[in-house]
Amino acid sequence: MRRPPQLVRIFGVPALIAALSLFGLIAALIGDGPWDAAGWLGVFAPFAALVWTSQRRG
Amino acid sequence: MLTQKTVRVWFLVHKWTSLVCTAFLLMLCLTGLPLIFSHEIDDALGHDAWKPANPGGPLLDYDAVLQRALANRPGEVPLFMSFDDDRPVVNVTTGPRPDSPGPEMHFASFDRTSGEIVPPLQGGGVMEFILQLHTDMFLGLPGMLFLGAMGLSFAASIVSGVVVYTPFMRKLPFGSIRTTRSSRLRWLDTHNLLGIITVAWVLVVGLTGVVNTLSTPIIDTWKARQLAELTRPYEGRPAVTSLTSVQGAVDKAREALPGMTLQFVAFPGGSYSTERHLLVFFHGDTPLTKHLITPALIDAETGALVGVRQMPWYVKALGLSQPLHFGDYGGLPLKLLWAALTVVTLVVLGSGLYLWLGRRRATTTSGTEPLDALAAAAE
Repeated sequence: MRRPPQLVRIFGVPALIAALSLFGLIAALIGDGPWDAAGWLGVFAPFAALVWTSQRRG
Repeated sequence: MLTQKTVRVWFLVHKWTSLVCTAFLLMLCLTGLPLIFSHEIDDALGHDAWKPANPGGPLLDYDAVLQRALANRPGEVPLFMSFDDDRPVVNVTTGPRPDSPGPEMHFASFDRTSGEIVPPLQGGGVMEFILQLHTDMFLGLPGMLFLGAMGLSFAASIVSGVVVYTPFMRKLPFGSIRTTRSSRLRWLDTHNLLGIITVAWVLVVGLTGVVNTLSTPIIDTWKARQLAELTRPYEGRPAVTSLTSVQGAVDKAREALPGMTLQFVAFPGGSYSTERHLLVFFHGDTPLTKHLITPALIDAETGALVGVRQMPWYVKALGLSQPLHFGDYGGLPLKLLWAALTVVTLVVLGSGLYLWLGRRRATTTSGTEPLDALAAAAE
């Protein structure tokens, strides 16, 4: 039924993507160089998820 | 947690908040796409090709530049002077009166090595047009505030979209796109997947966009509170008759704010200063502080430093929301990601529209169930 595990199942990955995105947005704001690179990786998370799911779909 | 009834209510919220803003969001995404690269486009249009008349030569001081600018516009008064970061160029805005409105202002750029006018960019008008469309649709403050309201509706549509994502995904693993049954179902799954992975970015860009639409009231509040307080002691005194040296004012201000970058000077009586002061604005050097401005106040007649005023929190919030909206703070890779996420957002908007348009057909002719019934039934 509607137990927390199901919420985690539905929103676990989206929450992780959102957290990585926000981390990236803020990291690039904090500094240049390595901070920018960390920012790119974080903001890339949605696309990483797309690649991952499309491969899983085959 | 979610009953069939609440799903239907959230679905209605998602539908209507989306319908209200979709046309404007499509426009904002399409105009925003080139704006992400406005710096690169300016360079391609010749900003980069321009070279000073005497590279490495001595620079004219700001008073000399001001003199040239005023000689070029007889009878006008100076309103603003701003400074290019990457080349020895000073921009002077003049107007018939100190409080001249935007359309009456005249903007010209000067080469500090020669005093000659820097020709405006060929084709720069296109980017100007796109920016204006994106900012206020040529409707001024009402247009800006209207787009702000659209941004709020968009934010509500995203939040309600996350809620209605739940019932659709009860029995599906993350990332499912069902391709076998109907194109409608495929687009529903695509809409859900692309929407949910971009939630954080789209909310940040959307809400900082809303803050940006409030820039006029925010600056007006700062003027009404802080600037008015500074002007009060001088009420009833005659206007400034002889203006102090601008170069001297900038030098004094720089001493008071070491380590910051000069951004612009606001002349007395204009919209960013008082009747009695020159305000010299600086910004920080990191991506975080680049849009945070701090003014030093200079007595417009004597040239004495009156003091440095920190901006109130609401102006700082506006300054912080700018990079997060523009995406211009992390080099070209971040801009490319910004553009890619804008394209994804366009697909979410387009597929949402497609699902809504098809929905009427689905309910009347074919056997496909309407989406809210589909979602509610999954509960």
